[in-house]
Amino acid sequence: MKRLACALLMLLASQLGAADFDYRLAAVQVAKDVYAFIGKTEDFTTDNGGNIVNTAFIVAPQGVIVIDTGSSLRYGQQMRRAIATVTAKPIALVINTHHHPDHFLGNQAFADVPIAALAETRNGIAADGNAFAENLFRMSGDWMKGTEVQVPSRTLSPGRLDVAGRSLRLVALDGHTGADLVIDDEASGVIFAGDLVFNGRAPTTPHADVAHWLAALDRLEALTRESGFKLLLPGHGKPTSDAAPIRQTRAWLSWLTAAMRESAKSGLDMNDVLARPLPAEFADMPLAATEYRRSVGHLFPAAEQEALGGKP
Amino acid sequence: MKYPLTIAAIALAALMPPAEAAALRENGDPLDSARWSEMRKAFLAGAPVLFDPRVKVIAPSTAENPMQVPVTVDATALPGVVEVVVFADFNPIVQVLRFFPEAAPAFLGFRVKLQQSTPVRAAARTADGVWHVGGAWVNTVGGGCTAPSAAGGSKEWQQRLNEVSGRQWSEGPNAGRVRLRIVHPMDTGLVAGTPAFFLEEINFTDTAGKRVMRVQTYEPVSENPVFTLNRGEAAGPLEASGRDNNGNAFKARIAQ
Ligand SMILES: [Zn+2]
Repeated sequence: MKRLACALLMLLASQLGAADFDYRLAAVQVAKDVYAFIGKTEDFTTDNGGNIVNTAFIVAPQGVIVIDTGSSLRYGQQMRRAIATVTAKPIALVINTHHHPDHFLGNQAFADVPIAALAETRNGIAADGNAFAENLFRMSGDWMKGTEVQVPSRTLSPGRLDVAGRSLRLVALDGHTGADLVIDDEASGVIFAGDLVFNGRAPTTPHADVAHWLAALDRLEALTRESGFKLLLPGHGKPTSDAAPIRQTRAWLSWLTAAMRESAKSGLDMNDVLARPLPAEFADMPLAATEYRRSVGHLFPAAEQEALGGKP
Repeated sequence: MKYPLTIAAIALAALMPPAEAAALRENGDPLDSARWSEMRKAFLAGAPVLFDPRVKVIAPSTAENPMQVPVTVDATALPGVVEVVVFADFNPIVQVLRFFPEAAPAFLGFRVKLQQSTPVRAAARTADGVWHVGGAWVNTVGGGCTAPSAAGGSKEWQQRLNEVSGRQWSEGPNAGRVRLRIVHPMDTGLVAGTPAFFLEEINFTDTAGKRVMRVQTYEPVSENPVFTLNRGEAAGPLEASGRDNNGNAFKARIAQ
């Protein structure tokens, strides 16, 4: 009975909020010539249609550089229209920061321009893209209509990238996934951190290597200490002019790995670990309980294997 | 069968706290599953059945990874358990495992593959022949960015089939607990081109050669199974031995 009521409520909510499938994307100027679309700090639902991610664009002298394309064809199309209200310049390049679906499933709307990503990100999108899309169809429903995977056509390598009259510094890190691209737009002082940084929302870990992620956060924090730094745009949550979200992400990940290791060492079963309460520090963070539950599934087996003396 | 069972239920209820006694009932599946009568026929036929809150099935209400759903069966509040059968009503292969807690408390943790949302149930048979049934619904339509779980699977087992790693805890809040992991693909045979290949039997014996618990496992138990037992008053190392359906045997000592 409770389940039925819940299903009905969800249906009702989806019909109220999503009837026009309009994400109502509004470009927020975060620096000179730099704009972002700030998503909600929520999980995918049929109500938000997957507008839970930050995407961005830079209006460069000879064209527009797009950073991530959102979670569906509709998102990509609406994003492109919103960009056109800001500038008449053509899109010069689209960059995907990593291979998670909310960051690349809008690529289809940019199929006529070069789309670029790190080699491992391209491989990941080619390999897992369809499975991700299916998952989002299940979670976001009709918002996903017509969405197909568009694999990036160009490979990026770390270092300097000159595009449309703008010089970007590409920093190839990893830990959130096997390849996480950080873009440092030195002209504006904006650092696009991708999902290495979450602000005011619990981080997701389906492909995480936490030790690598923590090392990547140290690198990122060092970048924010450079003299030109002005603004940090996380993959999820509000932009900041300081490194606070980096510290917040680090605090969560450090606690999470320590909790997994210590639980495994003291003989807890996975259900015991799931039942552990969240520390007060994170209790009010959006999606903390949900992401904790997911992360136990992603990270506890390795901690357990280590505690049981198995080979990794 | 109707009369003696009712008497048994009343007698039991008298011994239990009111809330638990209220939950004790003979008919009407508390989980409202369309397949309950089929399940009852398949596993518990010809014996009295009682829905009993003393048989606890602990599992997440939403399973993030349906290939590795943690399930803990705790029937230690019920005295005299001889056998426990675990099944999932809507799984393509319904029977998950059976265990016989000979010299151990009626407690077992493991992980299971679920194809869709389903009740996961444990029926504990007591020496008087009554099946005491507990269960929990597990919803598999959760998900998020979780990848198609280990697509293609790891091939770890080819070199390390039946390798056992494990540990016992002799102090702390989990004293008496035994946990072990066995490397095995646990193929169901439902995927085209991959025949069923799974562990069938695991025996736990103490150093004196006395059997502590016997477990019969079936296809739905997850890849590289992990088990949690409570040994109660642990004494010395525990030996785990068993075999899969292809006759590959294993034997390992789990030190204290
Ligand atoms: Zn991500």
